[in-house]
Amino acid sequence: MSSIQIELHENQVKELVEVCRSFNNDPIELINVLHKAQGIFGYLPAEVQEIVSRELNVPVAKVYGVVTFYSFFTMLPKGQNPISICLGTACYVRGAEKVLDEFKKKLKIAVGETTPDGKFSLNCLRCVGACGLAPVVMVGDRTFGRVSPDGVQQILDEYV
Amino acid sequence: MDKINLTIDNKPVQVDSGTSILKAAEQVGIKIPTLCYLHLEDLNIENKPGGCRICVVEVQGRRNLAPSCATVCMEGMVVRTNTVRVMNARRTVMELILSDHPSDCLVCAKSGKCDLQKTAQDLGIREVHYKGEQSHYKEDRSPSIIRDMDKCILCRRCEMMCNEFQTVGALSGVNRGFDAVVAPAFEQDLVKSTCTFCGQCVAVCPTGALTEVDHTDNIIRALANPKKTVIVQTAPAVRAALGEEFGMEPGTLVTGKLVTALKQLGFDYVFDTDFAADLTIMEEGTELLTRLTSYLNGNKEVPLPILTSCCPAWVNFFEEYYPEMEDIPSTARSPQQMFGAIAKTYFANKIGVDRKELVVTSIMPCLAKKFECQREEFKTDGNPDVDFSLSTRELAALIKQSNIDFLSLPDSDFDAPMGESTGAAVIFGTTGGVIEAAVRTAYEVYTGKPLQKIDFEELRGMEGIRHATIDFNGLPINIGIAHGLGNARKLLDSIKAGTCNFHAIEIMACPGGCIGGGGQPLHHGQSSVIMARQRAIYQEDANKPIRKSHENPYITKLYEEFLGKPLSEKSHHLLHTHYFNRSKVKVVIPKSKS
Ligand code: SF4
Ligand code: SF4
Ligand code: SF4
Ligand code: FES
Repeated sequence: MSSIQIELHENQVKELVEVCRSFNNDPIELINVLHKAQGIFGYLPAEVQEIVSRELNVPVAKVYGVVTFYSFFTMLPKGQNPISICLGTACYVRGAEKVLDEFKKKLKIAVGETTPDGKFSLNCLRCVGACGLAPVVMVGDRTFGRVSPDGVQQILDEYV
Repeated sequence: MDKINLTIDNKPVQVDSGTSILKAAEQVGIKIPTLCYLHLEDLNIENKPGGCRICVVEVQGRRNLAPSCATVCMEGMVVRTNTVRVMNARRTVMELILSDHPSDCLVCAKSGKCDLQKTAQDLGIREVHYKGEQSHYKEDRSPSIIRDMDKCILCRRCEMMCNEFQTVGALSGVNRGFDAVVAPAFEQDLVKSTCTFCGQCVAVCPTGALTEVDHTDNIIRALANPKKTVIVQTAPAVRAALGEEFGMEPGTLVTGKLVTALKQLGFDYVFDTDFAADLTIMEEGTELLTRLTSYLNGNKEVPLPILTSCCPAWVNFFEEYYPEMEDIPSTARSPQQMFGAIAKTYFANKIGVDRKELVVTSIMPCLAKKFECQREEFKTDGNPDVDFSLSTRELAALIKQSNIDFLSLPDSDFDAPMGESTGAAVIFGTTGGVIEAAVRTAYEVYTGKPLQKIDFEELRGMEGIRHATIDFNGLPINIGIAHGLGNARKLLDSIKAGTCNFHAIEIMACPGGCIGGGGQPLHHGQSSVIMARQRAIYQEDANKPIRKSHENPYITKLYEEFLGKPLSEKSHHLLHTHYFNRSKVKVVIPKSKS
């Protein structure tokens, strides 16, 4: 029924069904199940919500209601290269917000979104503990330090 | 039960413990305004989210104002409902609601019947002091219902009806803060959701956010077209409710005025869906007896209980949620569709009009019928058996637009042949009626004896699930009745679990059956209105000279001239249908053993 048709891996689906069972398929556990489901899939596409709906016997509209109520849950997949910008105090005072704005401008997406080609997604982080390098940007597992708005394009270039 | 004493606006009140301040105030003639609160008392339906706070009152000794709908009375409480502080708070709440509400009352479908408009008037709001961003949503138009969420005040009555009463769960509150709205899953259109089009969300929406698709213009155009022959059929529940739209007391029967109005509107033939209801009984009753005798003769495979199939929202529901049980419901089409099929064949032939030049319209208490009449299986070469289905409310609007003074109309009779009906058909309009009508006929056909007593009081009432055993000359027939899809679900689950010993079950989606349908005049939370309509239906039945479907002379004639006998090949082709798996959950999950 969802407009975006995606294929879920059978193993992941099995794992999700197991998760629901481990919570006794109890509708009261909806939030916990969704939390685990996001752990498995990285996000909560409509198909995953439909499985949860069916397993816990909760209307899919209700599941969607919960997913859209809590900002922790996301229906968008992470990009191949998830970009995280630290907005902890140290990074913030050294201009992390300007860096974030530059990423938004260059990628033409908002925080929490993924570029249409699936290459990049944009997120914010609280302090990553590398304050000496502030402002800090992480792309996947790699850390970039002392990033300035001018350096944003250079980082992106490494991934195209 | 413990009694509690308190005062409200200086008036002493004694109430049962657990009573809300709102209800206690009603007892002493104080009407506190409400918006989100809804209580259909005789039907056990309640919405009490305490969310809108328009009903706040001052309780002595409490710092904050209390929502009276959600606060229970305590011994010695001193309540004030109209202090300056209370009135200011109420106005502020109302102005905040209105600050995010379009002010197009003059052209809104709900104007004059809108609870929000009325409450704003009652509170004397003349200006909205808060200016802010307004929500804008895309209009969602399904075959039956229009959702205009710009007008939603988030009272969540619709959500309660859809989830708790109907257990359909098509609607839910989604998003948060300014973006919060009531919507189907993934904010898709209603038509892509599990919605059954019962219209009960529309019946309780206090604003113009949920309304029916309006077909009055199509009717006006058809009536004005000299090439078209236009037929109208009216459902039984309409005559027991239409008067309310013209200020008449709930429960006033307006059958004669209704027919006159339709004739004045220019319909070529004014017929009665009740004719088709009698036909339904012939087909469905015969199906019941066939299954039953086969079962009694030792065929344990025959699907029992048989379920009625005249409610299209109910049909949508089991196609969505119980597709694996599709051989249990009767295959009989709804009376609306039986009527259409006979009108566009038998009657069209009789008057020598091609079906394409014949416009068949229906006046229904129902929004699901709008969806039903556009189903592909009810069309011949793309031409539908029923072209347009209007709600009771739309008919009232049409009458008003056409300058007809309804109250002063004389009575007239339906036209022959498809206007003739029996008391058994009239009671289709209420919960319990279809099965009582079926029993009246099945009993006489099965036993070959006339009924001593035509009224089956044991099948009547307003309980959500009822049952009775009828003695068919030594053979006990167990009958179940459910209204509301949540109650239907309970019976279906018991059939699935093998714990159901009913032979026949009647199911209606709406509270009270069609008298409480989604297309009826709004009850504004008063279940006494639905009760009054029910009394009117039984009164109309009692007044009818013929009260058993198989005694309708025009039905006998229809079988002689055209159909042959019930369940004949022709009947199967025109009066029966098949069901589809409409289950929306398409993800196939590998089911391991649990
Ligand atoms: S029409 Fe009935 S099923 Fe559909 S959304 Fe409204 S209450 Fe739910
Ligand atoms: S759509 Fe109507 S009934 Fe539903 S929450 Fe909005 S205002 Fe209330
Ligand atoms: S109970 Fe009657 S009004 Fe309600 S959906 Fe069914 S047929 Fe329509
Ligand atoms: S009517 Fe009481 S809070 Fe809405």
